[in-house]
Amino acid sequence: MSEKANFRENGGVRGWFGRQPTWVRSVVVAVALVLAFLLPYAGDVPLIGPQIVTEGIDWPSALFNMSYYVLLALGLNVVVGYAGLLDLGYVGFFAVGAYGTALLTSPDSVLYADTGWKWLMAVPVALALTMVAGLVLGWPTLRLRGDYLAIVTLGFAEIIRIFATSTTTLRGDRGFASIPHPPGEWGGKPIFGVTDAVPYFWLGLVVIIAVILGVRNLDRSRVGRSWLAIREDEEAAEIMGVRTIKYKLWAFAIGAFIGGLGGVLFAGEQGFINSQTFVLQFSILVLAGVVMGGSGNMAGAILGGALISYIPDRLRGISLGDTDLYEYRFAMFGLVIIIIMVLRPQGLIPSRRRAMELKDREKEVAPQ
Amino acid sequence: MDFSGLINDFGPLTVSGLAQGAIIALFALGYTLVYGVLRLINFAHSEVFLMGTYACLIVWGWFGLNQDSAAPSVGGMLLYLAIGLIVAIIASGLTALAVEVVAYRPLRRRNAPPLAFLITAIGASLFISELTGVLTHRNQRGVPPIIQAKPLLTIGDTTITNLQLLIVVLALVMMFLLDRFINASRLGRGIRAVSQNPDSAALMGVNKSRVIGLVFLLGGLMAGVAAVMYNLKIGVTRYDAGFLLGIDAFAAAVLGGIGNLRGALLGGLLLGVLQAYAAGLFGSQWLHAASFVLLVVILLFRPTGLLGESLGRARA
Repeated sequence: MSEKANFRENGGVRGWFGRQPTWVRSVVVAVALVLAFLLPYAGDVPLIGPQIVTEGIDWPSALFNMSYYVLLALGLNVVVGYAGLLDLGYVGFFAVGAYGTALLTSPDSVLYADTGWKWLMAVPVALALTMVAGLVLGWPTLRLRGDYLAIVTLGFAEIIRIFATSTTTLRGDRGFASIPHPPGEWGGKPIFGVTDAVPYFWLGLVVIIAVILGVRNLDRSRVGRSWLAIREDEEAAEIMGVRTIKYKLWAFAIGAFIGGLGGVLFAGEQGFINSQTFVLQFSILVLAGVVMGGSGNMAGAILGGALISYIPDRLRGISLGDTDLYEYRFAMFGLVIIIIMVLRPQGLIPSRRRAMELKDREKEVAPQ
Repeated sequence: MDFSGLINDFGPLTVSGLAQGAIIALFALGYTLVYGVLRLINFAHSEVFLMGTYACLIVWGWFGLNQDSAAPSVGGMLLYLAIGLIVAIIASGLTALAVEVVAYRPLRRRNAPPLAFLITAIGASLFISELTGVLTHRNQRGVPPIIQAKPLLTIGDTTITNLQLLIVVLALVMMFLLDRFINASRLGRGIRAVSQNPDSAALMGVNKSRVIGLVFLLGGLMAGVAAVMYNLKIGVTRYDAGFLLGIDAFAAAVLGGIGNLRGALLGGLLLGVLQAYAAGLFGSQWLHAASFVLLVVILLFRPTGLLGESLGRARA
């Protein structure tokens, strides 16, 4: 029996969804898309709305934050979830994307006299730069496994951060100001202004949808099957003729590309970046999001990525007695991570294959 | 690049690098021990160290010592040092055990995938360091001058202070004790057995859970000693001190070959010295960048670290 047919017999939402005829599935997807685009107005829904929206930060901005976290989670999911390469320095690519944009467009940049480009012109160059960064990181680490890879990727992100902090070209704390916003006008006013974050969220959403489609196709192609083989057993994959080096580099480059997209969007919305933005804790948070949501499954990565941004933002501006919960946001977040992982080690929405593997593993617990 | 700086200060840089490296090596032991047995990175080990630094400062505070107090007499110095060490060891050991019980044990029961352990450990690390950050208002805390760094002996134009000597000697003693414990005691044999093959060890009557707890505890004890020495050497601590030094320690463990005790010592000392040289050569902001570049280069040629992985096999 094929794997797919197998899953269709599963219970649960996904089993049900898999059994529906095509038109039902299209309608469900369309409704979900429309609802996603309407999210900035969630606060207007009676009763539930006010509970959902954030208080200390305006809701569209919180949504935009969620959108780039989701992008990062999707990209890291390719590296960690599909190819099984533990990357602790993913924020490095986010930084390369953002700094690439800033260098090409900001008046503070040394290149400004030569380039001084608009945001949109800088995007492809910045993205190409992040893909190169992905290959630069990927190439020397090809021989490394598991935890060795983890420390090297972590080091990579640290090196980028140190460069950003310590070189005059990248301006350290002073950062780059006046990075242009994305282009476009509506009724004589720019669409992407300073005050309203809703268009940025929509832009982020469009990019996310494009990434989902692209990654889904890759995952179902030869590339995706090779990633799976590498993840499960690299030696076996190599012996069976999978070109592990090529596909590991692919995973790094695509992961880097998606991370760079996040960085480019971030730079375009904020208009300002400095070295403080790219601390190491950030990549660890994204990794926590991916694994918490369900590593190897895009729905899980999306949920996880949204949660790591939403939980701290939601806690902002709430006080309990005299203490502002926002102070405790990461401490509480640490607790939440432990609780979720202990209760659901496979993640909130695990990949189906992973969930089945885990069931097998639970049966074979060794004597303690 | 300032080669003259490096050449002129070669001796002092080496000595201060060795002292820093000794601290890193002790810290790295916790990563290596846990990895040797569980094949997992204990991400929360940096907070085990952090608790050691704060516990020691808090107890010194009870004796009325703060960063402005006068240096104590020799007897007082030894007393405070002993108290600080004991308290830090207890605090770090208990933190390590708590991490094991909260973040590792429940997952082990369910035979969860390795990444899940990493994430719970990250959760525990975030919780402890952020809670410390909130409770200390993210300010740094100064260390009382328990030991005044005085030049002890001079070789050529290199002076070695009493503090530097103490740190290196104490680290070597702790390493030696740990090495003897793992290689010559009954409990150590259990640790080696579990690290070679957990299932066979369990079938041969080794209590796996107890061995894992013991490994976390040992790592915690070493981190406690490292914490006191860090306090004395650096003079301040902060809620993110563990995280920052933890990256060095983890890199040192990997450099020497994670899971290998002597590898941690070698990696730690090497990393400490190289960081000191890099700081002398490029300026201190490049210290970590240099150490990571070195790590990548070494791993390119020896993908399992300088001495290779081996808590169980053939064996250091």
